[in-house]
Amino acid sequence: MMSRKRTSEQLVDLPCGYVEVGSDDVIVMANPEFLKLAGRTAEDVVGVMTLPELLPVGDRMFYETHYRPTIEMHGEIREIAFEIVQPDGERVPVLINASRVPDSDGKHIVRTVVFEARGRRKYEKELLRARRGAEDAESRARGLAQTLQQSFVPPLPPEVPGLDIAGAYRPAGDGSEVGGDFYDVFQVNTGEWIIAVGDVCGKGVEAAVLTSFVRHTLRALAVERDDPSEILRALNTALLAHGSDRFCTVVVLRLLRDGDDWLVKISSGGHPLPLLVDADGGIAEVGAAGSLVGVLAHPQLDDERRIVGVGDRLVIYTDGVTEARGTTGLFGLDGVVDLLGHAGTSAAAVTDALLEGVLDFQDGQARDDIAIVTVMVTGDLDEPQPEPEPGSRRAIEDKERALRAIPGLEATPD
Amino acid sequence: MARHQVRLSGAEGAPAIVFAHGFGCDQNVWRLITPAFEPDFRVVTFDYVGAGGSDVSAYDAARYSTLDGYAADVIELVEELDLGPVTFVGHSVSSMIGALAVAQRPELFERLVLVGPSARYIDDGDYVGGFSAADIDGLLESMESNYLGWSHAMAPVIMANEEQPELSDELEQNFCRTDPQIALQFAEVTFRGDNRVDLAQVKVPTLVLQCRRDAIAPVSAGEYVRDHIPDATFVLLDATGHCPHLSAPVPTSDAIGAFVRA
Repeated sequence: MMSRKRTSEQLVDLPCGYVEVGSDDVIVMANPEFLKLAGRTAEDVVGVMTLPELLPVGDRMFYETHYRPTIEMHGEIREIAFEIVQPDGERVPVLINASRVPDSDGKHIVRTVVFEARGRRKYEKELLRARRGAEDAESRARGLAQTLQQSFVPPLPPEVPGLDIAGAYRPAGDGSEVGGDFYDVFQVNTGEWIIAVGDVCGKGVEAAVLTSFVRHTLRALAVERDDPSEILRALNTALLAHGSDRFCTVVVLRLLRDGDDWLVKISSGGHPLPLLVDADGGIAEVGAAGSLVGVLAHPQLDDERRIVGVGDRLVIYTDGVTEARGTTGLFGLDGVVDLLGHAGTSAAAVTDALLEGVLDFQDGQARDDIAIVTVMVTGDLDEPQPEPEPGSRRAIEDKERALRAIPGLEATPD
Repeated sequence: MARHQVRLSGAEGAPAIVFAHGFGCDQNVWRLITPAFEPDFRVVTFDYVGAGGSDVSAYDAARYSTLDGYAADVIELVEELDLGPVTFVGHSVSSMIGALAVAQRPELFERLVLVGPSARYIDDGDYVGGFSAADIDGLLESMESNYLGWSHAMAPVIMANEEQPELSDELEQNFCRTDPQIALQFAEVTFRGDNRVDLAQVKVPTLVLQCRRDAIAPVSAGEYVRDHIPDATFVLLDATGHCPHLSAPVPTSDAIGAFVRA
């Protein structure tokens, strides 16, 4: 063991500041290096000033609320960043290590090593600034992604007389990246509606641009074409002409009101087929399966016709549902069918149950975008309907005749 | 209860004392005080959400954007403890959290002990809190400098101390562990708050314990609290610093003991 005197002599020449602080915070010993950092003489400091008195107020508060209690509780503290204020107001950034040892008179002193850290602290401040900048940029990007994403679905669930419609949309992961799923519900004529659900391949800004393009193109194309397969064929041409090497899957449903029933034509371009949950609980895939949209010059696209009645539900979703991966494998069509077997009856209840089921399956973290639209036929037409123009009324009647002329559809479903 | 890592000790069935830690630390700061009360009191310590061993995932920036969220936690905790009206001992910001809880639910509290209280840290006209708004910015900067290397996921590792084996168990190693983002918001809420109008609503006997030299809560701040709580007793401790329960544990527990055993 070295003698106390010898130790003190060595401390004088240490290439760092060294102070001993009493239990009342007063500095009882300081080496020349420390005095140089403080810009003061031994007479000004030793036995006169407390260590916190040499700090700016903010550091002094940290000293009181964290530094001192930590030393009192734990006996030591490491790598504390403070600034020492010189008499002329100049601040010297320092790093401090301190540990408490018993004093000769039964009290404690805190042995405190003080390193000048001008360059390091400047660098740290730069790092801090950079981190704040990164956080700001991230939050801006997130806001942008959310705004874009909101444009992929209708702002409000559409009100369609005779139908109860609910939609859900959940981007993958933490929502910081824009996905490619979208859905849309819009009217093309009196008593005639289009529902489209799709998925543009890929993620990020490029996919988002194409998703917007697809959604708006669909709206324009649907006005002039009757059959969903024709709408998809025109979309295929538009996408090929667009020049992007991305493609998409889309399912389009055209719904035409017929009293309480609805005549539905469904065409899928590479998209999971919608499920029809009938009023008795039977579940079946509906729609004609076809080619991906935006790949082939001559895609195979067809329509399937159905009549849906009161209590029937159509559930349309993207592959973020069926391809959800959990610890037990894929959610799959079986997962969807199982869940729909005992989901509630309203469109919102079915949609929520499916979304919740898929998220639970993945422990709450969606790995792919999820879009779900549920349509239930309510037959509730109490609200007065605007009288259609004579021309369009005729058009509807023509369409109804045409649909009913298809073999197998004359019989009303039981 | 689990959310706050509540610890119970002392005499079962005896009147209860709840010790609430202040800004910058956790329930371990009471370890030199609680032994004096265990023979004749049920002793309760806990961590606020975000501090010590609390459930950090329960932190909700909106709930804890004012001291009311913390006061609601205290009320829930006391209700759940179901130990009858308790004595609440709050250090630093916990003084005002306790005052808010008492003001809302006086029937849950027997007495209130405020260690180093301040109803407002920032000077305001004739009122002397001891700080300017810029000083609080300085504290936040100081905290940020010292949390630089911390990430959300990484709590600081405090080494076991060979010379103080009583500190080496796992709980003690977590001493003063605080999530940096939470600590920064807690600092904002604490030091920019103003609870002066709430003091008049504190309708239970109250002890104000003031340190003679406290750089965080000056004597003027303690006197203000004394003068505005209807039934307040004031004790000036000859101690340095903001944590007399650490720097002068015996006088501190003596003063609290005399008040709660009266």
